[in-house]
Amino acid sequence: MPEFLSLAAAVSRFVRPGDRVALEGFTHLIPFAAGHEIIRQGLTDLTLIRMTPDLIYDQMIGGGCARKLVFSWGGNPGVGSLHRLRDAVERGWPRPLELEEHSHSAMAHAYAAGAAGMPCAIFRGYLGSDLPRVNPAIQSIVCPFTGETLAAVAALRPDVSIIHAQRADRRGNVLITGIVGVQKEAVLAAARAIVTVEEIVDDLETGGTNAIVLPSWTVHAIAVAPGGARPSYAHGYYQRDNAFYTEWDAIARDRDRFRRWVDDEVMRVGGGAAGAAWS
Amino acid sequence: MVVTYTASEMMTVAAARALDNNDICFVGIGLPSAACNLARLTHAPQLTLVYESGTLETKPQVLPLSIGDGELCETALSTVPVPEMFQYWLQGGRITVGFLGGAQVDRYGNLNSTVIGNYARPTVRLPGSGGATEIATGCRRIYIVMRHGARAFVEKLDFLTSLGHGPTGRERRALGLQTEGPTLIVTDLCTMRPNPETNEFEVVTLHPGVSPAQVREHTGWAVRFHRDVEETLPPQPDELSALRDLLQRTARAHGSAATE
Repeated sequence: MPEFLSLAAAVSRFVRPGDRVALEGFTHLIPFAAGHEIIRQGLTDLTLIRMTPDLIYDQMIGGGCARKLVFSWGGNPGVGSLHRLRDAVERGWPRPLELEEHSHSAMAHAYAAGAAGMPCAIFRGYLGSDLPRVNPAIQSIVCPFTGETLAAVAALRPDVSIIHAQRADRRGNVLITGIVGVQKEAVLAAARAIVTVEEIVDDLETGGTNAIVLPSWTVHAIAVAPGGARPSYAHGYYQRDNAFYTEWDAIARDRDRFRRWVDDEVMRVGGGAAGAAWS
Repeated sequence: MVVTYTASEMMTVAAARALDNNDICFVGIGLPSAACNLARLTHAPQLTLVYESGTLETKPQVLPLSIGDGELCETALSTVPVPEMFQYWLQGGRITVGFLGGAQVDRYGNLNSTVIGNYARPTVRLPGSGGATEIATGCRRIYIVMRHGARAFVEKLDFLTSLGHGPTGRERRALGLQTEGPTLIVTDLCTMRPNPETNEFEVVTLHPGVSPAQVREHTGWAVRFHRDVEETLPPQPDELSALRDLLQRTARAHGSAATE
């Protein structure tokens, strides 16, 4: 049974400086409110893990939270670059950022291996690519049955995974529908899991197809954060704020403008109102 | 009546024509997405589109801005988790065509979407692989769609993110790959196919009004031309109207964000 906490309490209780942290959500259900709470609480030295860093990690990297990034596609979808990520990599601002770079397939397999309690993921990948030359975490293994050389990466085992979901019931069971991404695997792979939700309901109403339900005993904390995925979206609740994704390009290009944005939209917003910043 | 069209429309139409009803296509955002949906709206209504966000057999009314737009899920036959997408569907060998692009391509169809310059201290940090590295090896064949330019069509990649035919054109077999690799490059100037002997891409059709000199000027290697270079069939009225309707619907749905 998870604890029902405020977002501020959940982050302060379960996220520690230096943690390996995964905030997942594949375009859909990105836990922005939780990321902002991490910036507000001044948590630093984090290893941030995420297939698509997206705006949320651009903000956290620019906000000085990250020491290292584990990722597989670092762009602003449909728009262009993540300028805070690029500034950290190309010029070390606000601090140098160590990269552990993978492909989507590798990270998806590595989360699944973490969820399955395996030490590593084995898959057919990275063939002919330069990525294994620059990432020593990419290894290979020979299949004992066929002799085929396969890629191997260590399982992803975050200290804490944070996801946003449509709703939870009063026992703490969590429902995710729509594009379900890699969130179930991220939660099951982690030592601790925080879920922010749009609402708490009496009945999850899981009748629809593609519903994923995380049982209450796989989650450590649930925090209600309406709009907590904005400017990403929550299927059935609100749409993706495509205009903000486009605007972000100009905000993130300039260090001063970015700092002002963080001051206005993150630091001056209380934990309870987080996620309402763009509504 | 003279039908006028842009180079970008020519490129999208040429890419769409390469798809047929039997294809199961792994779609990326941008030009590939426009080309795949155009094919579905014109000559290949049975074409199956799969996006890496897990949406199987999706039929979007408008082009998605991101790979995980709700539209893709709502119009999909089914939506699977991302690990399953890469395990059962891509690695399982169920995809016939993958569309890829990048910041750089070389004469053997190898692609760079990682960095310009040195990896540790890049001049430009690009988004990275995403799904591309395993799409390049897991799909039966690959179509590359990129705008022609000497900085994009290079003699040597700064980084090899996704394997084409390999640095000498012959690496796929040595790696044990059964898939074909890139069989087509479509640009805003021409279409290219690999030479059957060397796997080096050579120009097979020039878009109307484009000269061989133009292609040479915009290609960073000494580009070869097929013995019988033909003119690309210009976009036909039905293709153009379907494409323009699609882009207008998309612009209305997304505001000014939609470009392709």
